[in-house]
Amino acid sequence: MNAVYAAELPHVVAATGTASLAWLLFVLPAAGALVLFVAGRRADAWGHWLGLLTVVASFVIGLLIFLETTNLAPEERTRELSLYEWISVGDLSVDFGLRLDPLSLTFVLLITGVGGLIHLYSVGYMSHDPGRRRFFAQLNLFVAAMLLLVLGNNFVMLYLGWEGVGLASYLLIGYYQDRPSAATAAKKAFLMNRVGDVGLAIAIFLLWANLGTLQYTEVFERIGELSPGTILAITLLLLLGACGKSGQFPLQAWLPDAMEGPTPVSALIHAATMVTAGVYLIARMNPIYNLTESGRLVVALIGVITLLIGAIIGCAYDDIKKVLAYSTVSQIGYMILAVGLGPAGYALGIFHLLTHGFFKAGLFLGAGSVMHAMNDDVDMRRFGGLARYMPITFVTFGLGYLALIGFPFLSGYYSKDEIIGAAFGQPGWQGWVFGGAATLAAGLTAFYMTRLMFMTFFGEKRWEKLKSSDGHDYHPHESPSVMTIPMIVLAIGSVGAGFLLNYNHVLVDWLAPTLGELEEPHGGVLAHEYVPFLVVGFSALGVLIAWLTVGRRPTPVERPEPVSLPVRAARKDLYANAINEALIARPGTWLARALVYFDNRGVDGVVNGTAALLGGSSGRLRRLQTGFVRSYALSMLGGGVLVVAALLAVRFA
Amino acid sequence: MTGGSVLLLILLVLPLVGALVVAPMTGNARGAKVTAMAFALASLVLTVITWLAYSPSAVENGSRFQLELSVPWIPAFGTSFALGVDGIALVMLALIAVLMPIVMGFSWNQEIPEGRTESGFFALLLATQGLLVGVFAATDVFLFYVFFEAMLIPMYFLIGRFGGPRRQYAAVKFFLYSLLGGLIMLASVIGLYVVSGTALGEATFSWVELQSIAATVPESTQIWLFLGFFVAFAIKAPLVPFHTWLPDAGAEAPIGAGVLLVGVLDKVGTFGFLRYCLPLFPLASQRLAPLVLTLAVIGVLYAALLAVVQTDLKRFVSYTSIAHFGFIALGIFAFSSQAFAGATLYMVNHGITTGMLFIVIGFLISRGGSRLIGDYGGVHKLAPLLAGTFLLAGLASLALPGTNSFVSEFLVLLGSFPREPVYTILATVGIIFAALYVLWVYQQTMQGPVRGAAVLGALERAGGPGTMIAPEAAAKKGAFPDLSGRELAVLTPLIVLIIALGFFPGPVLDVINPSVVATLNEVGLTDPVGGIQ
Repeated sequence: MNAVYAAELPHVVAATGTASLAWLLFVLPAAGALVLFVAGRRADAWGHWLGLLTVVASFVIGLLIFLETTNLAPEERTRELSLYEWISVGDLSVDFGLRLDPLSLTFVLLITGVGGLIHLYSVGYMSHDPGRRRFFAQLNLFVAAMLLLVLGNNFVMLYLGWEGVGLASYLLIGYYQDRPSAATAAKKAFLMNRVGDVGLAIAIFLLWANLGTLQYTEVFERIGELSPGTILAITLLLLLGACGKSGQFPLQAWLPDAMEGPTPVSALIHAATMVTAGVYLIARMNPIYNLTESGRLVVALIGVITLLIGAIIGCAYDDIKKVLAYSTVSQIGYMILAVGLGPAGYALGIFHLLTHGFFKAGLFLGAGSVMHAMNDDVDMRRFGGLARYMPITFVTFGLGYLALIGFPFLSGYYSKDEIIGAAFGQPGWQGWVFGGAATLAAGLTAFYMTRLMFMTFFGEKRWEKLKSSDGHDYHPHESPSVMTIPMIVLAIGSVGAGFLLNYNHVLVDWLAPTLGELEEPHGGVLAHEYVPFLVVGFSALGVLIAWLTVGRRPTPVERPEPVSLPVRAARKDLYANAINEALIARPGTWLARALVYFDNRGVDGVVNGTAALLGGSSGRLRRLQTGFVRSYALSMLGGGVLVVAALLAVRFA
Repeated sequence: MTGGSVLLLILLVLPLVGALVVAPMTGNARGAKVTAMAFALASLVLTVITWLAYSPSAVENGSRFQLELSVPWIPAFGTSFALGVDGIALVMLALIAVLMPIVMGFSWNQEIPEGRTESGFFALLLATQGLLVGVFAATDVFLFYVFFEAMLIPMYFLIGRFGGPRRQYAAVKFFLYSLLGGLIMLASVIGLYVVSGTALGEATFSWVELQSIAATVPESTQIWLFLGFFVAFAIKAPLVPFHTWLPDAGAEAPIGAGVLLVGVLDKVGTFGFLRYCLPLFPLASQRLAPLVLTLAVIGVLYAALLAVVQTDLKRFVSYTSIAHFGFIALGIFAFSSQAFAGATLYMVNHGITTGMLFIVIGFLISRGGSRLIGDYGGVHKLAPLLAGTFLLAGLASLALPGTNSFVSEFLVLLGSFPREPVYTILATVGIIFAALYVLWVYQQTMQGPVRGAAVLGALERAGGPGTMIAPEAAAKKGAFPDLSGRELAVLTPLIVLIIALGFFPGPVLDVINPSVVATLNEVGLTDPVGGIQ
């Protein structure tokens, strides 16, 4: 494996033609959000349609720019559009500028395409919610911020989008403001993201201090001038940012809690788009990561740890959304692993990101459809046998399920297989560890997803004898077509996207101007042609175990207790929250309380003492001065004392 | 005296005249308020004219100050009544002029303690404004000192006469701290005068002349003189550990005065660092920078942690401000044009965002009648606009990109990093705490089910004794109402500024930039970027 890759940077040209309208991409949803926020209740009747319309319009513009770009020669496909100078001081000049290249346009289509479908779905899903207008305003805000994140042509634009999506995520997780748990989850998400943001910010400062620019083009051109230690530091700090946003170890604990938000939010933000921003970040920074083998290795290791954590915990939850959330954590781990493999994996990470965008969004929408039918309950132990009550949901969800577990020739099969193949393509221990862990997690994925399918759609109708938490009987029913149409579209994507994007390496070649040519692994520990059999074999094993342990047995409505140690640990999120609580939250609370005491007793007292001391010394200083000034000073001091006396004499009511 | 130069004098005198006109209108509260608002709006118009008359590019051609006016005052004493502005002072003047009508609009219907008159309150506001103009526009060090001390007096009365239950304690504490700092500064002012006599042959208080000899003053002398100014400004700013007067003053001051106190008056401290400490004592500033930076970063983290556990909404705002002042001081003592510009912009932005935060909290307190965080809960359900504006002010306070504060905080940190990476990294950690204190208070007061003594009390008052009306019916009964038209009108300019300056800070930065570059030259330094590898 080459430690350092020569940077082949794309030539950047000014955007013309349709691309000069690229500002509309984010301005339209942002304007939609603004109108919805400002118009208030007047917009209740039509607000959701406005929200949908702006996103669809963005999609159409994105599609036109995409088509225009495909007509250009590959070396002309990187274009920039500078809108105005945003922040300018001295040598610092931050452009409010966009970069339109294969990578950003791919994301534009994903964000506005899936975003449009989920807006449509939400029209139905949120139809009974009195705050639907607020919901669409916040969803529009998210789309605008996410587009800025991927379209920015410099690090400050990136940061703007980065924290912008964080805000939208915060608002939408906490959408049900009455629920204390939603408010807590929202706050937790924002805070853990800010930990990552500190990393991103310091990386930006390092680049500025060393290169004196924050434009991508200039940074990428000159990054090779920096010392290896600085480059490593920058890549690790960027990775910290990626971990926060993408729910990667050790900042993964917020993502499952984020399921407190409405289910369309989980589908769009916490599965298909925002949480993949970390993958985008590392892929975008490929000219930097190319220069540091150690940096890439850490990225890959974080990916491996996270894909295992997510898959293990996913096996233990009974909450349908939390299983899917941990599945997302795990699948993003695959993507992070892929981009950590460098030129052998950048494009594969994006490939899996896209296929995952289809099938995971579809799975979440399906879960939302199930919840819609089951009085908003999420506990799979109360489900069962739902397949015949909601056939469209069952079929679309089932196709997403098959795509996720890598059923041959569905989309997840291609993208996951490529990543595991590239992992085994690494030489030495990395090949075995990365490839082995990814294969094992594929088996676990098949297990937890099959378990989910059995508990939800098959078996005994456990809900018949139960009442929902709000005291009603369950009357499962299929969702209206405004909800099922997006599910059908996403199911089609789950089936076909992998094959289409893989066909003739169309996606990899399309991304090559940004990410470089995909490097074929050599010197790996396992040849790629064995990988499909291995992965499919492990997945089949996972399905089989799920059938043996869940499918052919009745599922108890009550959670079995006590359980073995590993299951206990998995149910407790492998103690991630407990560790955070013990290491950060509790000591922080003690520290803050101690500081209050110190501030009230210590500082006030010390300051008063110091002040008296300083007052005395200034008096001595005055005595050192000579000439008539002293008399002026004395008179002024006297005047000051008089003023004090006068003021103190004033009686207050 | 050229025509333009009268502008600053008028800007200074107009509010003071207004104060004299309004003060006697004790029997006519409405007339007093309308008159005061007319003076505030006239000042705003005049400030716009001043802004247009100021030429940022002229600074590069050597005119350090513009719109100058100088009248000999005590010739034997070498002091003159000299006014003039640079870009840094100009943006502060603009901040005062913008905030004043908003503060008056906020205070329009406030409850005045018994025995006090609204004319008195509004006259004191105008007096504060006039004296603040003097502080920022003075180009004579002695004149600056006079305004620096004089501005205490109306603020002292605003807190002491119109404040909360412990107003007397808070006002005296505020006054003694400030006066003490001022007296220490006076020693340095006089010392500076003596030093200038040695260097120039004839002693002077003229800032420009004092600056011209700054580099020749021995470092040990500079350090003594620097410390005198520094202590006064560190108390005013305030920096930890000189800060304990602010939570009391901020909590007891009536909200309108609190906005002026925290939003503008405290900025005199950081403005003083930039205008007096750095250019007049360049060697001392560099020598003592590590000390100041340490205090600044301690302030960022320490005050933020304290803000998290405050139980009083107004004390909470005070502590968040102390944390923000740490960022400003960091930028000033990191010596780069980006950090300077960031710190200056921060002073403006903090006035806007904290002003909004204070005002929204004022609206909350006027509904619930309590300052305690624990007395509120689930307000979102009753007053969504109030909750939304609270969140927006909070997000601006935590420097979310897209709001004004992001630009300034980012510039401070980015500009500070090349020279001071360790301090900057520590301060950057502070942005996590900022998120924590803002979102925690928002969650406690606004989110979740309707709860808290103040909120439930309002519902019970609407429902009659012993019966509480349902939260859903609160809007109809007028219990815990959402923001009124007047309240929205007060907030709207602030909201517009927060967003507009977040995306288009250019017009303000253009005014600031040449002056901070001049300041950097006066310290004898150049931008550090590219210097470390």
